[in-house]
Amino acid sequence: MVLLSRKATCNSHGQDSSYFLGWEEYEKNPYDVIKNPQGIIQMGLAENQLCFDLLESWLAQNTDATCFKRDGQSIFRELALFQDYHGLSSFKNALADFMSENRGNRVSFDSNNLVLTAGATSANETLMFCLADPGDAFLLPTPYYPGFDRDLKWRTGVEIVPIQCSSTNGFCITKLALEEAYEQAKKLNLNVKGILITNPSNPLGTTTTQTELNILFDFITKNKNIHLVSDEIYSGTTFNSSEFVSVMEIYSGTTFNSSENTDVLNRVHVVYSLSKDLGLPGFRVGAIYSNDKDVISAATKMSSFGLVSSQTQYLLSSLLSDKKFTKNYLRENQKRLKNRQRKLVLGLEAIGIKCLKSNAGLFCWVDMRPLLSSKTFEAEMDLWKKIVYEVKLNISPGSSCHCEEPGWFRVCFANMSEETLKLALKRLKKFVDDGNSKRSCQKSESQKLKGSRKKTMSNVSNWVFRLSLHDREAEER
Amino acid sequence: MRLIVPLRGVIQGRGGLFVGSLIPCCLFYFLQLYLKRRRPPPTDPTELPRTSSRTNLFSRGNSIGRVRVSSRAVPVAKPSDSPYYIGLERVKTDPYDRIKNTDGIIQLGLAESTLCFDLLQRWMSENLMESMMQSDDGEFDISSIAMYKPFEGLLELRVAFADFMSRIMGGNVSFDPSNMVITAGGTPAIEVLAFCLADHGNAFLIPTPYYPGFDRDIKFRTGVELIPVHCRSSDNFTVTVSALEQALNQARKRGSKVSGILFSNPSNPVGNILSRETLQDILRFAQEKNIHVISDEIFAGSVYGDKEFVSMAEIAGSGEFDKSRVHIIYGLSKDLSIPGFRAGVIYSFHEDVVNAAKKLMRFSSVPVPVQRILISLLSDVRFIEEYMTAHRQRIRDKHIRFVEGLKQLGIPCAESGGGLYCWVDMSSLLTSYSEKGELELFEKLLTVAKINATPGTACYCIEPGWFRCCFTALADEDIPVIMERIRQLRESSRS
Repeated sequence: MVLLSRKATCNSHGQDSSYFLGWEEYEKNPYDVIKNPQGIIQMGLAENQLCFDLLESWLAQNTDATCFKRDGQSIFRELALFQDYHGLSSFKNALADFMSENRGNRVSFDSNNLVLTAGATSANETLMFCLADPGDAFLLPTPYYPGFDRDLKWRTGVEIVPIQCSSTNGFCITKLALEEAYEQAKKLNLNVKGILITNPSNPLGTTTTQTELNILFDFITKNKNIHLVSDEIYSGTTFNSSEFVSVMEIYSGTTFNSSENTDVLNRVHVVYSLSKDLGLPGFRVGAIYSNDKDVISAATKMSSFGLVSSQTQYLLSSLLSDKKFTKNYLRENQKRLKNRQRKLVLGLEAIGIKCLKSNAGLFCWVDMRPLLSSKTFEAEMDLWKKIVYEVKLNISPGSSCHCEEPGWFRVCFANMSEETLKLALKRLKKFVDDGNSKRSCQKSESQKLKGSRKKTMSNVSNWVFRLSLHDREAEER
Repeated sequence: MRLIVPLRGVIQGRGGLFVGSLIPCCLFYFLQLYLKRRRPPPTDPTELPRTSSRTNLFSRGNSIGRVRVSSRAVPVAKPSDSPYYIGLERVKTDPYDRIKNTDGIIQLGLAESTLCFDLLQRWMSENLMESMMQSDDGEFDISSIAMYKPFEGLLELRVAFADFMSRIMGGNVSFDPSNMVITAGGTPAIEVLAFCLADHGNAFLIPTPYYPGFDRDIKFRTGVELIPVHCRSSDNFTVTVSALEQALNQARKRGSKVSGILFSNPSNPVGNILSRETLQDILRFAQEKNIHVISDEIFAGSVYGDKEFVSMAEIAGSGEFDKSRVHIIYGLSKDLSIPGFRAGVIYSFHEDVVNAAKKLMRFSSVPVPVQRILISLLSDVRFIEEYMTAHRQRIRDKHIRFVEGLKQLGIPCAESGGGLYCWVDMSSLLTSYSEKGELELFEKLLTVAKINATPGTACYCIEPGWFRCCFTALADEDIPVIMERIRQLRESSRS
């Protein structure tokens, strides 16, 4: 029998995570209001469907964009042959402007520093290839998007070392946690190449605070070999634009061009995509933004492995150049997301379930700790299975996001109609009401916080090793 | 010469000194002679170490000053030193235009076809809107193009591709959509297969001359090596099992683990079509050595000669071999002239490879609106038949004109039956029959004749003087212009 590579046969693709398993269960029995009203409601996929009407009407009114025409003339020939990895300049310019607009025009983006990729997934992986070698590590604050285990590690051979964040301060990054993660990586003989944050955060739905950004910048100023990657894929989902601070804004207000600042800025990179803000994940459009020429050069060539179709680039360049449309869209999008989030939060509150206070994103970080039979991840898994199979809601358990405390779940709200959301809340209410009577006697004494932290720290090293050992052997040159 | 003077000789006097130094020196020389005899003979007197300088450049690593990127990104970030890419860049600075820039550089270095754009344009204008926007009930529904869909491609697209591939490959082979994964072009298809079939440090055997892009596709990130298997003009550059055997044995002696054989058929850059027997020999060899076979068939529909194209899938499906080691790459960039759309295929008979490739497609999938257009296009059987007939006919006509033009200059071409180019023997124009001579000619063609043709060096060809010339983006009136420029170059070289 002919052998396959280790990468093909190992499970670093992370597909066995409950995040993906839940998705698979949903695919087997998807809810449909008419055809399958008893099916599983998908609340585990962060898709934004709230402004489809705006997109539909734009497309209907702008047929030139969809039919390869410019001012009525066919440009099919030009588009059919266009495969330059530098990307269509009209699209890059429009995208750079759109990214600026998303940040209230507080910072401007140079389209020459932009690399187009097939989605943020590809952007993140490409950045890892460019910034880190196999066996290097990136520090990520927990909880984080489950897909990172695959996107950042699988083919690249890079490791993830978590920066443990806890509910005691709203899961904010602290200087202590950052330094502990750095030390932990050193203990594991991993060379830390950077920190990757998602801002606004997935799964928390919160924007990174100025305090946290200061901590991060101080750290990378002090440690000159460390990069900061900010995945800002949810930047347009902030309910209030002024609350979102992009990493690129940090030095934009200053006038001093000291070489130290330039050096730090060259180690700050942004990842973006149209999958969440514009609700177009099917278009597979992502981007890397960097001030470092070598990163741009390497990433541009690597983008050959996931170029965006010229058809799509052209269509989107028209869409994003329509300033009237983008201004209205961004405003409407924020409004609708804010309303929908409120409905979910209030609905959960009525059932006695709290959420982390959030100001962005397509999901809420829900505190279901009171529903756990015990403060353990096993209990969290039991609860998750009940919610998927009995309540028929696919939500993502905190353990799949590497949260250090059991009982938190990510629940998405922007990928369904209001009626479906109401139904989901109804199902959950029934479950909670039924369970309340059974649960009251079952609370056991939880371990002391210190003890549980020590346990989770050693769990981290075991987990990091388990997932990585296989691949590290493969990567040894 | 090392003088070894034993102490005793010195102590005993002149005679001892003489003998004491002579004997060790003789022994030393005899040792050198013995070692020289034992060294394996050079494999081929004409073999030129073409790849070594390039790989040394890559492995030098962080020699470009302060470096923030990873070591593997350093060679990627640097400008390429391959004439293939250098030529393409130069054309951009001064591109030929029949009307606006008649002195510009004529592009013969890019394998793309514009011969049937009239047909495609007509189809697009008649069908584009509906194909992208329409859902099952005839209403436009944006969720049909906006939302997440399986990364390996919509089932309807895989079905349409399977049918299309079967049609253009002569109808003798059928493809199963469940063995297929749709990729954003042929480039990611090759890389993904390399990731699935070989570990870092393993190698693929690859017959030369080969498509220069493979160096990027395979070597940028996978860590897989390419071991050239040199083919010669005497065999019309067709790979033989003995050459494969020799290359494999040498690789093993060096401690390299070979995971598979990669080749293109119709071949790029030569354009020859592998016979059924050769394909069977390759598969038999692979089976014996327990390695994979990757057949890049991206030019399968661009066959214009009399020779029949046979897909490796047909050989694999014959029942005689273990087909789980066979993997095919395909795409629409060449046959359907839409490289900008980015649509390719990995087709594998190995279930685990298909499953791994599906998961990897999240890094390289095709936008859903484009998939919808392609479903419509590939399913329009009537149009596809019309298109493929015209495509083949027009390539054939252009090929005849181009080759005839060269023939009149006394410049022969290798025999070819497929692809969008021909493999031209310009050795008569070389000042010296060597790699250096060839690169000088490449430079002269670019700067004096203002023609970009890809030199054999870039394709690891073992015989100097061969150039790949792509002719399917040329109008008929461009051909005499090209021939005249070459003629003038030759005249000026002679004088």
